[in-house]
Amino acid sequence: MTALELAKRIRIHAVKMTAHGKSSHVGSVLSIADILAVLYNDILRVKPAQPDWKDRDRFILSKGHAGAGVYAVLAEKEFFPTEILNTHCQNGSSFSGHISHLGIPGVELSTGSLGHGLSVGVGLALAAKMDKKDYRTFVVMSDGECDEGSNWEAILFSSHHKLDNLIAIIDYNKIQSIAPVKDTIGLEPFADKFISFGWNVSTVDGHNIDDLKHTLSAVPLCKNKPSVIIANTIKGKGISFMENKVLWHYRSPQGEELERALKELETLHTK
Amino acid sequence: MKTPTPLDHKDTRSGFGAGLLELGKSNPNVVALTADLAGSLKMTDFQKAFPDRFFQVGVAEANMMGIAAGLTIGGKIPFTGTFANFSTGRVYDQIRQSIAYSNKNVKICASHAGLTLGEDGATHQILEDLGLMKMLPNMTVISPCDYNQTKAATLAIAEFKGPVYLRFGRPSVPNFTSPDSKFTIGKADILCEGKDVSIFATGHLVWKAIEAADVLEKAGINAEVINIHTIKPIDKEAILTSIRKTGCAVTAEEHQLNGGLGDTIAQIMSRYFPTPLEMVGVEDTFGESGKPEELMEKYGLTVENIVKKVWKVIERKGKS
Repeated sequence: MTALELAKRIRIHAVKMTAHGKSSHVGSVLSIADILAVLYNDILRVKPAQPDWKDRDRFILSKGHAGAGVYAVLAEKEFFPTEILNTHCQNGSSFSGHISHLGIPGVELSTGSLGHGLSVGVGLALAAKMDKKDYRTFVVMSDGECDEGSNWEAILFSSHHKLDNLIAIIDYNKIQSIAPVKDTIGLEPFADKFISFGWNVSTVDGHNIDDLKHTLSAVPLCKNKPSVIIANTIKGKGISFMENKVLWHYRSPQGEELERALKELETLHTK
Repeated sequence: MKTPTPLDHKDTRSGFGAGLLELGKSNPNVVALTADLAGSLKMTDFQKAFPDRFFQVGVAEANMMGIAAGLTIGGKIPFTGTFANFSTGRVYDQIRQSIAYSNKNVKICASHAGLTLGEDGATHQILEDLGLMKMLPNMTVISPCDYNQTKAATLAIAEFKGPVYLRFGRPSVPNFTSPDSKFTIGKADILCEGKDVSIFATGHLVWKAIEAADVLEKAGINAEVINIHTIKPIDKEAILTSIRKTGCAVTAEEHQLNGGLGDTIAQIMSRYFPTPLEMVGVEDTFGESGKPEELMEKYGLTVENIVKKVWKVIERKGKS
């Protein structure tokens, strides 16, 4: 399967899961679908049959509300059967709205309360350095999440310790839960902030598979520096009536909306 | 059973420091982190001996907790060190989600707990930490009574898999447990046996409970003193066995009554063996700046107050 095809499947699963579970955050999943697809298809060294393999690359979804996307990609990569995805947000299911590690192979950490994932990623990167292991740690964060001060503590620490095995990927879709980022707490000049904190910064089109693959294929991106990839994305990407609409942070597609969304995804071609 | 006598006087935080150093030698997976308080936490010996396994995170406690959680996924056993105040309330969300719910093998080591922090005042004198931590599922909560026991507890929690909160303090206090005693998580220590009243104490109040038992002995009251060093999981059986024998209890702790040891014991007693109970602790107020012993006096965390509560509970038992 190509990353392009995987991204499409992640989107289809996410729409179905959030519709069936009547849950939120479909727009936030759609904006990272291509990033997840490239990571799991081409970048991460993981063994689905052996999720606790010691030398695996570590992946943390810090924006835990987009858990449906990770569940979908793990299922497609055969960490568990895809059929189980339809239990998302149902009573008794492990597949809660915000990502949970409990009973789900391949999930390193439960998140949901924002601003936690990067620090945990720092700990992992530090452990790898101590043990002279070459596994890498990837943390996907949201833009709104960068309001949390704990992230900036982690950003300070990781450049001080030259953690070049740590890669943060920011889903910069520029919309947070109920308003645009710029009207909430502006982040610009965003890249400059990381540069001044001693990080290596790459800016990519977060929906361009080749661009993502190219950027992520040579870790460390910069020797002796942690790297952040600011991925310019579109919230709700792939479904015309969801794109760039704050409404789809919380709303789940139902009835005719669901049919339209799935129909659009079937014919979707990402670059 | 003969009541113990102090071997010497030492601070419990130094017991932690000594235990940590020993762990550094015996367990290569042990890693230590501090948020700019290595000296106060007595972590500097470990820092000097094992610089590659020691991390200064700066004044950034939230990040420290997250890093510790991450280190566990990488197979390490991280010990975090800062004041009890900054080990709990300040980073509760990090602990709740990334350590307790995620069930990560982090050892949260917390010094300067309670009023005996002294002159720094109310902002630093946390009296709510045991309650905050015992409420978290998966969290083990330990409050040792002296230097030797804090050292033994430090060694024991490294062997135990799961998140632990270890609470200790700043001042020099009587050191009376044997340096050879092994620390068993969840097993209460019966320090002296008695038949008239059970005194359940934790942390710095354990020695005061022993002194109270001596005073009571002279007045003809035979008190049983039990050191509850593990607040969670609490030794329910030891507590029930004791109160079934004595028929009444007094608890003593350097903590708010709300959410503390007394609270847990009250739950056990009311559910399984309702009998009169009195509590020594801080009664819904913040602390203040002052000399440690004078603060303990002002807030009633004294031998005299334990004795007074014992007389009161025995009187209540007589009427019930």
